[in-house]
Amino acid sequence: MLALDFAFFTPDVISGYIVKGFIFSLQLTIVAMLGGIVLGTLLALMRLSGKTWLVMPAAAYVNTMRSVPLVMVILWFFLLIPLVIGRPLGAETSALITFTLFEAAYYSEIMRAGIQSVSRGQVAAGYALGMSYRQTMGLVVLPQAFRNMLPVLLTQTIILFQDTSLVYAIGAYDLLKGFEIAGKNFNRPVETYLVAAVLYFIISFSLSMLVRKLQQRIAIVR
Amino acid sequence: MSSWDWQVFCKETTSGDVAPSCFGSGGDITYLDWLLSAWGWTLSVSVLALLVALLLGSLMGILRTTPHRGLVLLGNAWTELFRNIPLLVQIFLWYHVVPALIPPLRDVPSFVLVVMGLGLFTSARISEQVRAGIQSLAGGQRMAGLAMGFTLPQTYRHVLLPMAYRIIIPPLTSESMNIIKNSSVAFAVSISELTLFALQAQEETSRGVEVYLAVSGLYFISAFAINRAALFIENRVRVPGMIGGGGH
Repeated sequence: MLALDFAFFTPDVISGYIVKGFIFSLQLTIVAMLGGIVLGTLLALMRLSGKTWLVMPAAAYVNTMRSVPLVMVILWFFLLIPLVIGRPLGAETSALITFTLFEAAYYSEIMRAGIQSVSRGQVAAGYALGMSYRQTMGLVVLPQAFRNMLPVLLTQTIILFQDTSLVYAIGAYDLLKGFEIAGKNFNRPVETYLVAAVLYFIISFSLSMLVRKLQQRIAIVR
Repeated sequence: MSSWDWQVFCKETTSGDVAPSCFGSGGDITYLDWLLSAWGWTLSVSVLALLVALLLGSLMGILRTTPHRGLVLLGNAWTELFRNIPLLVQIFLWYHVVPALIPPLRDVPSFVLVVMGLGLFTSARISEQVRAGIQSLAGGQRMAGLAMGFTLPQTYRHVLLPMAYRIIIPPLTSESMNIIKNSSVAFAVSISELTLFALQAQEETSRGVEVYLAVSGLYFISAFAINRAALFIENRVRVPGMIGGGGH
C-alpha cells in the first residue's frame, strides 16, 4: 500500500500550476458554448429551412462532426488550420476554434429538437399576425425552443467541460495538464490525478444538480 | 497544399521503402499493416468495454428501480460517480492510481485497465438508459407480475426487462457507437489503437492528411457497422403492434 501525501499541495503550487489550466478550461468551455450555440442554431435553422442547398451542407457538416471522435477532430484542426492560414497556431487557439466548431454540431441537434418541439400553430400564428420568417423565428419560435431546451443545452455544456480535458492530445495547458505537470515535478502523480478527479467531479456534479433544479423550475405548464 | 500520396501506407515503417505487395514481409511491417492492427485494437477495446458496460450498467440501472432504498442509493452513487469525471481522467486513474493503491493489480496489462475504465464510464450512461426504460413501463406491469406470484427477480426477468430493453435499443445503439469514438482516449496510455497510430504515423511520415483520413474513415465504418447490427437486432426482436422498432 502506497502512502498518500498531499502535503505538497500548497497555495503556491495551486496558483503556480493549477489556476492557469483551470482558467483555460473555463475559457474554452464558455467560448465553445456561446459560439457553439450561435453556430448550432444557424445550422439547425438551415436544416429546417426546407431548401436543399441549405439542408445538405448543414446535414453533412453535423453528421461528419458527429461521426469522428473528438480527439481526432482536435488533431485534424491542429493539422489543417496551419496549412490553411499558412503559419503555425498555438495549441490553445487551435483548441478554441476546434471546440467551437465541434460543439456547434451537437448544439445544432439540440436546437433542431427544440425548434421542432414548438407547435406548428405558433408558426402559423406568427405568420397570421403578419410577421416575416425572420420575425416569427426570432420572436416566437426560438425563445420557446431555447426555453424548452435550456436543461439539455446546459447538460451538453457540462459534457463539454469534461471533454476539454481531451486537448491533452495536442498538449494545450488545461486543468488536467496543470495537475499532470505538478504531479511530474513533485513526483506525486497518484495524488495529483486523485485531486484532479475529485475537482472535476465536484464541478460537474454540482452543475448537474443545478441543471436538475432549473429543469423543475422552468418547466412550462402546458 | 501538396498533392495526395496514398503510397505512404505501403511504406515499411523502419526503412521507409515501398513494399511491392503493400504488406510487410520478413518481420518488417508497412503502415497499412500497422493501421489494420490499430483498427483491431480499437475494436477489441470497444467491444470488451461494451460488454463490461452492458453488464454493470444493466445491473446498476435495475438496482435503481428496485423498492430497496439501499440498492437505489448504490445505483445512484455509481452512476453519478462515473458520469461526472472526464473519461480521460478516469483512464489516468485506472492507469496511474488504481495499480498504486491496489498492489495485486500492478501486473495487469494496460489494455485491461483501459477496458475497465471505458467500460465503467459507459456503464453510468447505460444505467441511466436502463432505469429510464424500466420506469417508462406502466406501473401496472410490475404489480401484475407480483400479483401473479412472481418473485421480484422473476418479475424483472419475465415481465419488465424484456419490454424495457426493446424500448431502449435506440439509445443503447448510440451509446455503442459512442464507445467506438470514446475508445480513442486509449492513446493517452499508449494502447496502439487508431488514434495513437494517427499521431505516430503522422509524425513519422508527415502525410498527416492521408493518415487522418484513413483513421477517420475506419472510425466511421466501425460505428456504422454497429448501427446496422443494432438495427438488425431491433427488427428481429420487435413486438408486433408496437409503434417503436420500425426499420428504415
